[in-house]
Amino acid sequence: MTSAVTTRAAQRDALSHWANKHRRWLFALPAMTFIVCLIAFPVVWTAWLSLTDASGSVRAESTFVGLKNYGDVLTDTHRFWPAVGRTISFTVVVLFFEMLFGLGIALLLWRPFRGEKWVRIAILMPLVATPVAVGMMWRLIFDPSIGPVNRLLVAVGIPAQPWLAGEFTALPTTMFMDIWQWTPMVVLILLAGLTSLSDEPQEAARVDGASGWQTLRWITLPMLRPTLIVALLLRGIDALKTFDILIAAKGKGGGSFNEVETLNLYAYGLSFDYNEYALSSTVLILFFVIIVTCIFLLTRKREESAS
Amino acid sequence: MIQSRRYKVFRFTMLVLVVLFLVLPIVWMVLAAFKTNVDIYDVAKTIAFMPTLENFTKVFAQGNFGAYIINSAVVALSATGASLVLGVPAAFAMSRFVMNKSALVVLMARVIPGISLLVPWYYIFSNLRLVGSLWVLILSHMFVALPLVVYIMMGFFDGLPLEIEEAGLVDGLTNIGAFWHLMVPLSRGGMATAGILSFIFSWNNFMFALVLSGSSTKTLPVAIYDFIGYASIDWGALMAASTVVTVPIMVIALFTQRYIVAGLTAGATKG
Repeated sequence: MTSAVTTRAAQRDALSHWANKHRRWLFALPAMTFIVCLIAFPVVWTAWLSLTDASGSVRAESTFVGLKNYGDVLTDTHRFWPAVGRTISFTVVVLFFEMLFGLGIALLLWRPFRGEKWVRIAILMPLVATPVAVGMMWRLIFDPSIGPVNRLLVAVGIPAQPWLAGEFTALPTTMFMDIWQWTPMVVLILLAGLTSLSDEPQEAARVDGASGWQTLRWITLPMLRPTLIVALLLRGIDALKTFDILIAAKGKGGGSFNEVETLNLYAYGLSFDYNEYALSSTVLILFFVIIVTCIFLLTRKREESAS
Repeated sequence: MIQSRRYKVFRFTMLVLVVLFLVLPIVWMVLAAFKTNVDIYDVAKTIAFMPTLENFTKVFAQGNFGAYIINSAVVALSATGASLVLGVPAAFAMSRFVMNKSALVVLMARVIPGISLLVPWYYIFSNLRLVGSLWVLILSHMFVALPLVVYIMMGFFDGLPLEIEEAGLVDGLTNIGAFWHLMVPLSRGGMATAGILSFIFSWNNFMFALVLSGSSTKTLPVAIYDFIGYASIDWGALMAASTVVTVPIMVIALFTQRYIVAGLTAGATKG
């Protein structure tokens, strides 16, 4: 009886000792396994699908076709290359304005002032709003006939614009929507960066007679550079992957002329509207290569600026 | 800090413009939600109109939004809870033992486009006949929430001194005991940050549910998207639906502002 109890106690001690000794992996492995299963497997599968002719039903047989899909996609000037162009122009334009406005607003908010709290709340609102709902909201506001934007334009004598309904105005309008929603994100990141800066170099510059503009240009901005790159990186990754507001604004295929069809929307349509799983996987692998290249270039820049 | 009067006036004007630019569209949406479709078309009734609940009745009665609110809440809460359970210990281990390569794997999840995972997931889960269940939605939303939890909590644990854990060991706690009795209570603020953000990101997520949900397991963003059919748009109801989704999250944000800002900017100022 007593010996059984002691063995059990000894076992428990051994188990506890083992658990404590290996807690590093005991803690990390469940989360790691989850992520790896949900990423690694799908990525390998996507890569494999891109080498087959999988289409139609998800349960259908598929055969290996080698690099044929890559040839097809890379020579597709009708849907693929325009989608690449839209993805890149969308990302570049929204990043430019979000960084510009974000920096401007962060500098305005930097030093304490009365009513700061209210401005900060206003800045948070677009950021937490559901992107699909935001898309619907702008659909009404930019509606050519009943939207307030056109009414305002007409009231001041500017002709009404088609906005989201126009073949060439749709993409810029969605860029505007993205800038509205995500500039606040850049503001928050840059504000955190500004607040963490040491005051001394700026005070020193002021004592030496530098103007406000000179201090900003030659002291504050260079010091903020690492944070600027973080903001660019975080927003850049998300901007390349923009999906919700585009599909909410224009529907499947990015509109009847594919006006706002980015790579993300194109791949989605191939998979879930046309069941072209192989082609879709090919587009995704190419898209992935673009994203990783962008990140690589930016992080290298960041390391350069850090050293 | 000396600021010229001119700068103060300039700053005030600019900030008022910024606030109006950010808030007015939302106000317009909420106002339209309380208007009849006739009033939405009427310029004279931009601000002065007779508010009606008709749109909301439509959204809940015909649109079945009550059920979708429950779906969204169940998925977001479960995904957040499960991500905290898996993510907090993982973040602790990764921070404490400087497991940078493992952390990188977790961060990959933030970089990969969701669609590239959706095709294989759809393939797998439809073969398992799981597409359309809440389980698959929770799993897919965890994929958004877990990396966020790990990322935020790692930053948080990095900031806690190692001595706390050592003091616990001196007092006779085991390593795991020290984590449970000391580190976990100390990181409540970090967990609140991570939890609130995961909840918001899951609530707002559209892409995963668009593909993986069924007609009875729709989440709110998908329900709004389905509102626009081929017929002409029912603007009042659409704005009411958008308001129903957005306003709760804004109210949460109002009260948890400090945590949200801390979470969104986590790690942004590290060198």
